[in-house]
This record gives sequence, C-alpha cells and structure tokens, in this order.
Amino acid sequence: MTNLILIAIGAAFVNNVVLSQFLGLCPFLGVSKKVNTAAGMGAAVIFVITLASAVSAVIDTYILQRWDITYLETIVFILVIAALVQMVEMFLKKAMPGLYQSLGVYLPLITTNCAVLGIALTNVQKSYDILTSIVNGFATAVGFTIAIVILAGIREKMEFNDVPKAFRGMPITLVTAGLMAIAFCGFSGLL
Amino acid sequence: MNKAIERLYNGLVRENPTFVLTLGMCPTLAVTTSAMNGLGMGLTTTAVLVLSNALISLLRKVIPNRVRIPAFIVIIASFVTVVQLLLQAFLPTLYDALGIYIPLIVVNCIILGRAEAYAYKNPVLPSVFDGLGMGLGFSFALTCIGIFRELLGAGEIFGCHVMPESYVPVSIFIMAPGAFFVLAMLTALQNKIRSVAASRAKTPSDRTEKPQGCSSDCEACGESGCAMRFYDDRSGQKQDTEKKQDTEQKQEGKQEPETDASGNGMKEVEKND
Repeated sequence: MTNLILIAIGAAFVNNVVLSQFLGLCPFLGVSKKVNTAAGMGAAVIFVITLASAVSAVIDTYILQRWDITYLETIVFILVIAALVQMVEMFLKKAMPGLYQSLGVYLPLITTNCAVLGIALTNVQKSYDILTSIVNGFATAVGFTIAIVILAGIREKMEFNDVPKAFRGMPITLVTAGLMAIAFCGFSGLL
Repeated sequence: MNKAIERLYNGLVRENPTFVLTLGMCPTLAVTTSAMNGLGMGLTTTAVLVLSNALISLLRKVIPNRVRIPAFIVIIASFVTVVQLLLQAFLPTLYDALGIYIPLIVVNCIILGRAEAYAYKNPVLPSVFDGLGMGLGFSFALTCIGIFRELLGAGEIFGCHVMPESYVPVSIFIMAPGAFFVLAMLTALQNKIRSVAASRAKTPSDRTEKPQGCSSDCEACGESGCAMRFYDDRSGQKQDTEKKQDTEQKQEGKQEPETDASGNGMKEVEKND
C-alpha cells in the first residue's frame, strides 16, 4: 500500500508528466487558454490514460509476455490506444450523452497525445503489475490535470498584462511553463 | 536530381519542421540536454522518416483512402521497433540516453504529417528525399538547441570542455525548466524576425503570417490542431476556416497553385490547423 502511494505521489508531482518528462506538450500548450477547457481536457486525459494503462497492462501480461513477443509492444499499444479512444467515444455518445458533451471534443485529440503511449510503455519498462500500472497511469494523468489547470489559471490572468510584443502568445506561455517546472522541482525532496 | 535537391532544401530551411512548422515539440524539448543526444534523436527520427516515407510511397496505390491513417501508424510503428532494436544492439549508450523517447517516435507529428502530406501522393524517390530533408532539418534544429543548452548548462559542446575555467555552468539549462526557457527565447526571436519581415512586406501576398503547426498557434491547436488534422470527420467549424483560407489564397492571386508539388506538402496540413 505504501508502495502504491509513493508511486502515485512520484508520478503526479515529482516526475510530473509535462513539466519534467515533456509528454503531452501539445494539449498542455494548446488547450490551456481557459480554466474550464483545461479542466475538461484534464478529465478526458485522466479517463483515457487510466483506461489505457489498465488495458495495455492486461494485454502485456496475458498476451505479449505469455507468447514472448514483448518486442511488439510499441505497435500493439499504439493500435490498442487508438482503438480504445474510438470505442470510448462511441460508447460515451450512446450511453452517457452528458459526459460525452463535456469530454467529446477532447477525446480524439488524445490519440496523438504522447503521454498515453508514454505511460503504457513506462509501465512495461518498469515491469509494474496491473494494479500498479493503473495507479501510476491515474496519478500521472492527475499530475497532467494539475499542471494544465494551473497554467490555464495563470494565462487567464496574463491576458490583462502588458507583455512585450515578441513574447505574446507562445513564448510567454513557455516561460510560464518553465517557471512552473522550477516550482515542481521543489517536490523532488518529497521522496 | 534537381527535385531531390529542392526537397532537401525544403526540409532543411524553407519548411524546417522545428523552427518553421513547430512540429514534434515533445522530443525537441526532452532529449536536447546535450548536443550528442539531440543529434542522435534527430538521426534516429531521420532513419524512421526515410524508411516510412519510402514504404508508404510504394504502397500508396494499395492502401485504401479510408484506412490510411491506421496503415501509416502500423508502418511507422514497425520501423520504429526495428530502429529501436538496432540501437539497443549497436549503440547501447545512446539507447539508454534517449530511453522512452525512441518508441515515442511513433507519435511524432512530423512523421505522420509527412506520410499524409507528401509520401501518400508522390513517387518513391522524391518521397525518400523529402523524408531525408525533413529528417536532417529536424536533426539540425535538435543539435542547435542541444549545443546551446549544453554550452550554457555544462560548458561543453559534444562532451568537449570549451568554456573557460572561470565559467560556472548554469545547470538549470540542462534540467527540464531550461528547455522551456530556451524554446521560449527561440520562438520570441522568430516572432521578432517575422514581425520585422512582415512590416517590410508591402503586398499582402508577401506576408509571412501563415497558420503554423501545433505550438505557435495555440488557439487553433486546442480546437482543431495536432490531432484533429489526421481525422476524416472534421468539425464544421474547421471546414469553415479551411474555406476561408482557401478563399484568402484565391484572393492573393493564386500564389500557390495546387499542382506545385514543392509547396503542396506541409501547407495542406497547415490549412487544417
């Protein structure tokens, strides 16, 4: 149990997926203009990554390792993730229209989010079991959500600031992200 | 032969994937802690890009239009696996340094972007040179950023000590936050150059503010960027913007005719942004 908590804290704060591993930068920089959309994206990412790490861990344990074909993991995982996102989208559309309304826009964007594939592969590389993989995936996604919501909050405030012309838009966002990364370095003493 | 040189120039300078199109930012930031890692990542990506462009171009009449994206992904993932195993066998130090970012070449926007925009529509030889040009452009950019970060962060270039003894390395530049700062500076510099160029341009067709790849046009990325560009069922809003851009181009006196193979590549992807 302690082990799982340590892994969760490590994944969410110490090795934050965007700020220290640079996975999922596209949505992090792209969908962080407003807190609402950022939170929506974060929720979709939590949903998909948790599901994807569960499915890929199961596939890895019961299919790839049993037949000794772990070298196919990259190909299998990317296809599984793409198919999974499509299925989740279709399922939500039918079964939970309310949730689909709020997550729908972000779901297809997640397929090419390298964080999803990255976490599936990290779980395998660190040879986590299925439960640990799910916890790690969930915590990583929570870390992503925390980072993107904070960035969106700062960017909303920054709208009113007088930023030098060349730094408007992308560059000032990157500087903000860099400062946030420094702040998150402070968590490295936790573990 | 002219065409080959033209493709190389296009990838290295005119449509440089990192500096001009700003595609594939994740590996750009993550592995450029040293010049050597940047170069290694760039060359690995180049190998995958050339091979996948060649195969996709060979199979372009076989792959049905509707399932082209899954087909591309399978082809790319296969080559990535091959390259990964080769690196593990022959360059274990580089393999350890790049770590998880080697399999993540699969989701690099540049490779899928080139497959979709160029290799699927053009013969094998130009596609190979297109991949080579784009890959070398990417390697060039990664090596530059790597040199910059390594010089400031460790006082070395390619592992050789170059700064004077009295220089205290600013180690933040080889840590994660430094990557964001370096990229912020580079983008700001690019904005500055572009705004100067735009103020000089007199006719509207000269203006350089084209819609860019996923990072420099943040607003577009959120709604319809990066990922959505590869989807068939595009949202209505995006089709509108596409139409708008099409009409804009027509008003500009058809500066870029559709048959122009050189410009046909990334611009199509850009339009979807």
